[in-house]
Amino acid sequence: MSNIPSELKYATSHEWVRNEGNGIITVGITEHAQDLLGDMVFVELPDVGDNVSTGDDICVAESVKAASDIYAPVTGEIIEVNEELEDSPELVNSDAFGGGWLFKMKMEDAGELESLLDAKGYANSIDQD
Amino acid sequence: MTNKTVLHAKHLASGAKMVDFYGWEMPINYGSQIEEHHAVRQHAGMFDVSHMTIVDIQGSDAKAFLRHLVINDVAKLTVAGKALYTGMLNEEGGVIDDLIIYFFSDTNYRLVVNSATREKDLAWMNKQANGFELTITERPEFGMIAVQGPEAKAKVAQLLTAEQLVAVEGMKPFFGVQVGDLFIATTGYTGEDGYEIIVPESAAEDFWQKLLAVGVTPCGLGARDTLRLEAGMNLYGLDMDETVSPLAANMAWTISWEPSERNFIGRDVLTAQKAAGTQAKLVGLVLTEKGVLRAHQVVITEFGKGEITSGTFSPTLGHSVALARVPRSVKVGDIVEVEMRKKLVKVQVTKPSFVRNGKKVF
Repeated sequence: MSNIPSELKYATSHEWVRNEGNGIITVGITEHAQDLLGDMVFVELPDVGDNVSTGDDICVAESVKAASDIYAPVTGEIIEVNEELEDSPELVNSDAFGGGWLFKMKMEDAGELESLLDAKGYANSIDQD
Repeated sequence: MTNKTVLHAKHLASGAKMVDFYGWEMPINYGSQIEEHHAVRQHAGMFDVSHMTIVDIQGSDAKAFLRHLVINDVAKLTVAGKALYTGMLNEEGGVIDDLIIYFFSDTNYRLVVNSATREKDLAWMNKQANGFELTITERPEFGMIAVQGPEAKAKVAQLLTAEQLVAVEGMKPFFGVQVGDLFIATTGYTGEDGYEIIVPESAAEDFWQKLLAVGVTPCGLGARDTLRLEAGMNLYGLDMDETVSPLAANMAWTISWEPSERNFIGRDVLTAQKAAGTQAKLVGLVLTEKGVLRAHQVVITEFGKGEITSGTFSPTLGHSVALARVPRSVKVGDIVEVEMRKKLVKVQVTKPSFVRNGKKVF
């Protein structure tokens, strides 16, 4: 069973969300997701300044095995992307919840976080896969 | 019912992630397929290929039978142990399987065929053997380990007996020799130096463990695929199948047209195809920008459409490469387009080979 930190929120499409306060969140993909995808070779990140809506495909994680869309977990603006991934996409594999983060967003409505899964809910959603 | 190779427990002990591969539970990786890939290109890696099918063909008509069965001519094999890569066709000229044939004598050959095609291969051989004086014997009682990479031979040498060392000393590529309980062949599926070793099941685990102990990296099917693709080697079921002519699968070099009286299965069809000159061909594609070419993506050329048969990220080159079947008029050096994730990207056409012995070759 992979690691699912309890302090994070999750989408069923395997993104994790960390609430940084002041309406800012950090987004990545879960350890479970990177394990399914295998060795990451490219990550196509959104542009800073993009306005995105919940469920938009805004990012592509491409592994040796497959290309996988990554969806905006909430509505808001992209304010920062993890440029380290340009040269070191393997960070998504080795440190999915840390150095492998993908982008930061300014949420339009902080209340939207409540609609995401907690760790237990995400664990259940994986079991149903 | 899932088959397990004799090395199954060894894979689990090394932390392998196991997947179903045509009915066999096999390691896809032991953590990182890219690291395993680099281990083979830079040092030495090993693959459990015990799932592959070994078939011995023995009898007074063995040679005549194989001269009929496959598109290459086993009459070219005159030195004991010499091997040949070739294809076995149906009557319509489609590839039933690709295989390696080892020659021991005119009455004794060993074939290694794909596991995914085992049943139909054996059925076809048995059907075609009607009227020939020979036996077709599957040899499931062996394990097979491929040890590949620039340091592979030196690592294996540490485990061989004095007699075995003498036997493999200076052995040229594409030879195999039985010495003691090992059949050691200078073949492989990676584009690197190394051996494929057939070992009795009872000795397989011990041999694997000793290879681990001398520092050979266990590698899974993931690395095996990226290595063979970089080397431009076909994978049956993707790059060719029963609907594809060897002329359209970069296998023309495995056809022996001479002597013209040799009547191998599919010859008439291939002769007509060759004369018409309209068969598609298998080329390499190189994408140097971001993105990964994948099997079944459409290739657009000025001469018509083609299709990627296998594509991957090349860990050695740091960008994507692919094999693609395209109209014959497409030339090496041309720029063509591939439909990738709803957009068109430009790729360069190359010969279908990208890396050999650790070096870029296009």
